[in-house]
Amino acid sequence: MKKDTSKINPLENEAIYIIREVAAQFEKPVLLFSGGKDSITLVRLAQKAFYPAKIPFPLMHIDTGHNFPETIEFRDQLVKKLGLELIVRKVQDSINEGKVKEESGRYASRNSLQTTTLLDAIEEFKFDACIGGARRDEEKARAKERIFSVRDDFGQWDEKNQRPELFDMLNGQIQLGQNVRVFPISNWTELDVWSYIERENIEIPSIYFAHTRATFLRDGLIWSSDDDVVYRDENEVVEERLVRFRTVGDMSCTAAVLSEAADIASVVQEIRDSTISERGARIDDKRSEAAMEKRKQQGYF
Amino acid sequence: MEVLKIATAGSVDDGKSTLIGRILYDTKSLTSDKLDAIKKTSKQKGYDYLDFSLATDGLVAEREQGITIDVAHIYFSTQTKSYIIADTPGHVEYTRNMVTGASTSQAAIILIDARKGVIEQTNRHFFINNLLRVKEVIVAINKMDLVDFSEAVYNKIKEDFKVLMEKRDYQEQNITFIPVSALKGDNVVHKSTNTPWYHGQTLLEHFEQLDTKDIYNVGTPRFPVQYVIRPKTEEFHDFRGYAGKVYGGELSIGDEVVALPSKTKSKIKEIFVYDQLYQTASRRSSVTITLEDDINVSRGDMLVKAADLPTVDKQFTATISWMDSQNLVAGNKYVLQHGVNKVLAKVDAIHHKIHPDYSGIEENIQALAMNDIASVTFKLNKPIFFDPFKNHRTNGSFILIDSQSNNTVGAGFIQ
Repeated sequence: MKKDTSKINPLENEAIYIIREVAAQFEKPVLLFSGGKDSITLVRLAQKAFYPAKIPFPLMHIDTGHNFPETIEFRDQLVKKLGLELIVRKVQDSINEGKVKEESGRYASRNSLQTTTLLDAIEEFKFDACIGGARRDEEKARAKERIFSVRDDFGQWDEKNQRPELFDMLNGQIQLGQNVRVFPISNWTELDVWSYIERENIEIPSIYFAHTRATFLRDGLIWSSDDDVVYRDENEVVEERLVRFRTVGDMSCTAAVLSEAADIASVVQEIRDSTISERGARIDDKRSEAAMEKRKQQGYF
Repeated sequence: MEVLKIATAGSVDDGKSTLIGRILYDTKSLTSDKLDAIKKTSKQKGYDYLDFSLATDGLVAEREQGITIDVAHIYFSTQTKSYIIADTPGHVEYTRNMVTGASTSQAAIILIDARKGVIEQTNRHFFINNLLRVKEVIVAINKMDLVDFSEAVYNKIKEDFKVLMEKRDYQEQNITFIPVSALKGDNVVHKSTNTPWYHGQTLLEHFEQLDTKDIYNVGTPRFPVQYVIRPKTEEFHDFRGYAGKVYGGELSIGDEVVALPSKTKSKIKEIFVYDQLYQTASRRSSVTITLEDDINVSRGDMLVKAADLPTVDKQFTATISWMDSQNLVAGNKYVLQHGVNKVLAKVDAIHHKIHPDYSGIEENIQALAMNDIASVTFKLNKPIFFDPFKNHRTNGSFILIDSQSNNTVGAGFIQ
């Protein structure tokens, strides 16, 4: 049976429109690329927006050093295949320069550290617009986000004083030093993204599909066992499990889910039937009810 | 599958967030982790019911004060439709937020507290949704549980509301009344046994059967050029494509078009969606168009059918909604963004203020303050290509940008 994908058409039209507005309204845009499904979807939408010309801006990856190796491998292949420019800035460098301090202990993660690296890179390249794959359905602070979200000199989000966005009109006028975070897939849900990946036959990293992995349990979540990156107590036993990742962040803050979904059709079905939210597997959101809002105020993506 | 965007309007404590939470809960759209969080927080706060507003009030300040500060977007789907609900705040800056929410919605819910009935704010909520020409309005008379599900109360509110309806400008707007209790779930998703006298649909049933396709009158095609694509590669050496979104109608290969403002004529040669060639570009699709002739077209220009031109003028009168804390006064200059086109605009005259509670107009106005609605004439440094808002929602609207702060300070609907 042919699946009904008509719902994605208006979302795709909107996203392409937004990406074109970025290219037209800004001098130095960049697409923030994490190697996750949302930013991979953005790359496809950008290809569509400018065909037959190349994407007129580079990609930038803020590398925490805690990525899944499969993601990095995928990133490099994609960039090569599409002939895109890729900028990589490393959290490790920010640590070495003494700008940020590595967290320690059980829940240590570099997730919040990457904000400093990102803000430094924006300043280094004088980027005036950063395109990101955040969606409003992911998290309730993100539900309040504009499509063109203005950040001040310090990269901060002033959530109580956002510009109204009317009809299709996007106001990208900013002062020197400010930049805009742009979210073309704001109105997509997780299921929309997956359905789009299926419809468009978009390649994604292998860790999104079911595979056997050395893992251990903590707080009811399944963690990848990698003693260099992920803290593990001695009594936390490593076992092989059939898992996949529903969201891909750092190894230290992204938990796996038990799954047998080995192809895109099964993944779409699994998401459709799911009763748990995507970010339920993200420990970075579980620090407090306002974890995301706090990080966003500080310039997090 | 269709997408329906719904804006909500209600005063503080009318229960908007609770209603949205109820819809999510009853359609099983709340995932178990989100539901657990709501249960936990409700218990911590000592409530004896689940506080669904916790699902939508995303900011710390909102949860602390128990109010909605900024528009939140909530997503859920059923077998027939995908829904986007814009949860707009009911208190300060409500006009600004409601205008914003309504501008992208096909339907609106206006909440009325059954104990309070039609109040001044209700007039405003209705006025704005009518001004923005939102096609479908649902008047949800909420907190019916607190008036013993009284049919008399419901009928009284309905009659009061009908008085308002006679005053509206956009008469074709469809209006539906539904008695609900968001907190208890009556007539939201499931039919209530407490209102045997009510034979209409529940809120969700009503949305489910709405035909959202072509909900706005199909006008005439307008193609504002967003971006000129020039690949300059060997394969596409002379390619010159005009990227943009089609509004108001369709464009097909072979159509005779006029480029504005140059008024140069040409024909549509190709229509691309990515690497696929199409015969026709449908309404609201993002496409790339090439023309038979090599004419000069750049961002902000517009392609239209030769037989159907918009008004091209450097002066017009519009109803505007002012959204900034700094007043608008005659003589002020702003950047006027009309679609993707930007020009400079000078406020030529403020004709009158329109009271959004239907209490009439006020003349001899010197300045407009935040949340004011008024009739204003603008003079531009360059002509724009527009249609009246009542004929063309997209090509009849604009925003005003303060050139110092760069903020969006107002929205306008061309008369």
